[in-house]
Amino acid sequence: MSAAAGMSGRRGRGGLVGYLGDVATLAAKDLRIEWRARDTFPAMALFVLSTMTIFHFALPSGSSDRAAQGMLWVAILFTALLGLTRTYAPEREQGMFDGLLLSPVDRSAIWLAKVLATLVFLAAVEVVALLAFWLFFAHVGGAMIAAVVLADIGLCAVGALVAAMATASRSRELILPLLLLPLSVPVVVGAVGASVDTSTGKYLAFLALYDAIFSLIAWGTFEYVVAE
Amino acid sequence: MKKLLAPLDNAVGLAVLATVLIAVGTAMTFFYAPVDVDGLNQKIFYFHVPIALTAYATFGWGAWKALVHLWKKKPGADLESYVAIHQGTIFGALTLITGSIWAKLRWGHWWLWGEKELVLFLIIFLFYCTYFMLRYSIEAGPRRANISAVYALFGVILIPISFLAIRLATNYIHPVAFTKQGPQMAGSQFATFLVCLAAMWTLAGALYRLELLGKRLDLKIRELRELVL
Repeated sequence: MSAAAGMSGRRGRGGLVGYLGDVATLAAKDLRIEWRARDTFPAMALFVLSTMTIFHFALPSGSSDRAAQGMLWVAILFTALLGLTRTYAPEREQGMFDGLLLSPVDRSAIWLAKVLATLVFLAAVEVVALLAFWLFFAHVGGAMIAAVVLADIGLCAVGALVAAMATASRSRELILPLLLLPLSVPVVVGAVGASVDTSTGKYLAFLALYDAIFSLIAWGTFEYVVAE
Repeated sequence: MKKLLAPLDNAVGLAVLATVLIAVGTAMTFFYAPVDVDGLNQKIFYFHVPIALTAYATFGWGAWKALVHLWKKKPGADLESYVAIHQGTIFGALTLITGSIWAKLRWGHWWLWGEKELVLFLIIFLFYCTYFMLRYSIEAGPRRANISAVYALFGVILIPISFLAIRLATNYIHPVAFTKQGPQMAGSQFATFLVCLAAMWTLAGALYRLELLGKRLDLKIRELRELVL
């Protein structure tokens, strides 16, 4: 509640600076909650390592590095899903959502803050994931890292919106993967393409296009998802 | 009451027109359009492609109604968007089935990942199936209408993006591009195709009207029941 109280002091500070200030406050709140409770990050990190262990046994000997690279993306996608199920958990459990909606911030700022906070979690987990991948499976190249960064932006932008949809639904955790997976097919195509194909630029450009389009539409429509 | 029944006239008219057009289209498919070099199995093209185009059109219509709902706050637009997407999903299922039959007859497999249009349809179909799960797991009300509308808008963005993605994916999944270099369409074939397309669109229109009428009647009855009780 202190975050909401802190924000009401910002009333009147308009413009882009005020907007970004709101975003920073909200994102910092999420990161502070995670820092104190340490709920999500350890679970995600452990999940990605367990998944990779499973993949080691799922890939028969003689499988190429290309198969492992494809598997890496399955692991990243599922880990992101695991993190996204927790996106609005603090709000829901503490009844904070109404407070957030009542506070004088633009609704899209709430979305942007969630995207940034989720991005930080996901990036931290991916450092672990890529290190593990490099150790267990194959070489990690620059193109792969660029693909991870671009794919994360898209996944978090879409994920923060569909997670809000899932929060409104009775079957929260059940419906989130169903919402996100069809929407993430293009991300997987771009990311795997950049990891395994020779013409990486094309795939990275596609990922950037996806990020731009879906961020814009999620930013514009988030208000309708949370408003009564 | 007259106002309530007005769409029924429309639905009946559309249904009659659809029946006539489907009959004419089927007759043209088998008796007018020449047998293609691919043989008789090519005939399914006259149904498969119009059905697919109808599915896209209804998804587009659903997204348009969703936009009207979010933008103009027009009452009833949410229901219209839902009914359009419902019809689209039915036509989508038919697209997958007819496409599968075509693939089996032409290439000997029920499913070919190289068939880009079919793969695109699978993704879109999965996406729209979730629409119903989402919609029916939220309590009826303005929030459900808003969320459904936003989801429907995401659908029309996902279609071209997925199309592009599948084009890109063939580069690393199928290095040899799948080309179906059919012969140029003859005039009679194109005419048959157009009649079948018109038939499917009228059919979709009739079904859309009919379902909308039923849903509206349902709402009306529920309101009346609440007034009585």
